[in-house]
Amino acid sequence: MAKEKLNIFESTCVPLPLENVDTDQIIPARFLSSTSREGFGNNLFRDWRFDQEGRAVQDFILNNRKYSGKILVAGKNFGCGSSREHAVWAVYDYGFRVVISSFFADIFRNNALNNGLLPLILPDDEVKGLIALVTAAPETIVKISVQERKVEIPSSGKSFTFEINPYKQECLIHGLDDIDYLINMRSRIADYEKKRGGLG
Amino acid sequence: MSSKTLFDKIWDAHRVHSIDDGPDVLYIDRHYIHEVTSPQAFRGLDERGITVFRPSLTLATADHNTPTRDQHLPIREELSRMQVDKLRENCSRHGIELFGLNHNYNGIVHVIGTELGYTRPGMTIVCGDSHTSTHGAFGTVAFGIGTSEVEMVLATQCILQTRPKTMRITVDGALGKAVTSKDIIMHIISLLTTGGATGYFVEYSGSAIRALSMESRMTICNMSIEMGARGGLIAPDKTTFSYLKNTKYYSGNNAFDDDLKSWKDLITDPGASFDKEIAINAESIRPMITYGTNPGMAIAVDAPLPDTEGMNSQDRDNYIKALSYMGFSPGIKLDGHPIDYVFLGSCTNGRIEDFRAFASVVKGRKKAENVTALLVPGSRLVEEQVKKEGLLEILRDAGFELRQPGCSSCLAMNEDKIPAGKYAVSTSNRNFEGRQGPGARTLLASPLTAAASAVTGRITDPRLF
Ligand code: SF4
Repeated sequence: MAKEKLNIFESTCVPLPLENVDTDQIIPARFLSSTSREGFGNNLFRDWRFDQEGRAVQDFILNNRKYSGKILVAGKNFGCGSSREHAVWAVYDYGFRVVISSFFADIFRNNALNNGLLPLILPDDEVKGLIALVTAAPETIVKISVQERKVEIPSSGKSFTFEINPYKQECLIHGLDDIDYLINMRSRIADYEKKRGGLG
Repeated sequence: MSSKTLFDKIWDAHRVHSIDDGPDVLYIDRHYIHEVTSPQAFRGLDERGITVFRPSLTLATADHNTPTRDQHLPIREELSRMQVDKLRENCSRHGIELFGLNHNYNGIVHVIGTELGYTRPGMTIVCGDSHTSTHGAFGTVAFGIGTSEVEMVLATQCILQTRPKTMRITVDGALGKAVTSKDIIMHIISLLTTGGATGYFVEYSGSAIRALSMESRMTICNMSIEMGARGGLIAPDKTTFSYLKNTKYYSGNNAFDDDLKSWKDLITDPGASFDKEIAINAESIRPMITYGTNPGMAIAVDAPLPDTEGMNSQDRDNYIKALSYMGFSPGIKLDGHPIDYVFLGSCTNGRIEDFRAFASVVKGRKKAENVTALLVPGSRLVEEQVKKEGLLEILRDAGFELRQPGCSSCLAMNEDKIPAGKYAVSTSNRNFEGRQGPGARTLLASPLTAAASAVTGRITDPRLF
């Protein structure tokens, strides 16, 4: 099923200078009891964003009106822990289209790419520099091109290239979906089963 | 032919196709599903107007949000009840076998799949749950996936995966008194840190691993994900084969001898190379406990917490943030610190061996008054066995209650929540902020340490018992 396409865009950033942000923080388990993919953004970072009475925690970054945008910049090992794809749905539903970090947990990265969210890896020092920059200057614009695999920060004159698997790059740009790809292979898969025999 | 690792042998045998510059199409032999991460996948199939491709290769259970008391009554929590109902409906519509609530084989997905013989050497196994790595204890390539991938497997019995790198962790030597497989894996994670094995598939080997029972091996493979590994596996051997022979699967057919022959080659060839090798001396491992908010933040139970000296500012900030959540300060000793809860259970330590270990410590003693204990078997079969072996009387005499199976307080999706600010010694696998309930403070440890602490009401070194 077609996803939203992601290629060239620019946005301000939200900095989150924490490391090892696990998916239990991104979306706590008690909010997983839904049977649809929508609406998880309301509970993104729930227990950091709201206190137990449901009041906004003033010093948490998402509650600071100075910071907004489609890009989340986070410390290393973002998305570790539980495999819940709800974490990606929450980040996406909230409005982010890119997460920049120096390091992502494997399952989170796969889940992100399967939902049109770009997990963008930059060197640790550059991520730290970017966090410092956008914290001090929230209006900083960051430009991203998936096609050119390029991140650009016009105000500081910096630009970087990032790695992305060419297959996944195509999927993002064209809003394609792995499941469609696999469904088209069903007869090949059946051949494989015959060749191997005795499954079950 | 060149030497191959066990991982490579299994992966290569399941590769249907490799996309140029892209991931592999990997065939999946066994797919487990549960109520929390599957509904959106079934919905995806419906939206595409397709059915499940190979329903007989998927097995379902309800475990994550089910209550651990009064399971015969309707689930009180409405959203949980809806998810469990949805699972039943999806399974019956698509012809998928379901060991749902109140079924004799119900239990935590990673406990039942293995104890019933659905998991067998050489298989590829996935489930929408990161602790799918547990099944690697049988010499399988098993790993957790997201819901989009659950949909892929339902639709085509395949997923797209990038081949991970390989790592071998060799643990040699004899374990000390009251040191368990939980302590081995917690020790390893504390050395590698919570992201230290990201991108790798780990093979555990060495004399200390060989000496372990299947239950203990599962505990090790289970927590592979806690250092970021894609999965962990152990080559099958006599211990594996005799465990499997006694499972329900082989009691119903005579395929065992033929299958056994096909498993003989499931080893890493001598001379095969890994991208990374780590060696650990079993004698250096002590009973472990976590002090922070990820499983890498663990120390020996009798050791002081790390000092902040020499840490860079980012590390120090993260460390202090974790300690302030836990209500600890640098340099203190945890041994003797009062606790409020003990949780025995989960897919890490909810098996019969764990109940035996716990009972061996509390036998003839009494639960401390200040401790609330949650003893939750991993499955109905484990629950039955606890009763059959007379462990239930031992636990009751010591003041403990046995609950009904499920994930329970491991992720606190049901009513089994630890209140804010309370300390819980837990045999589960994650001590993230709020994992056992908002504000809960989790201390991960082995069943022996949990039992010793339950009796004294304080964090206690199990070597004293
Ligand atoms: S016991 Fe915990 S870790 Fe295991 S499957 Fe259940 S929730 Fe996941």
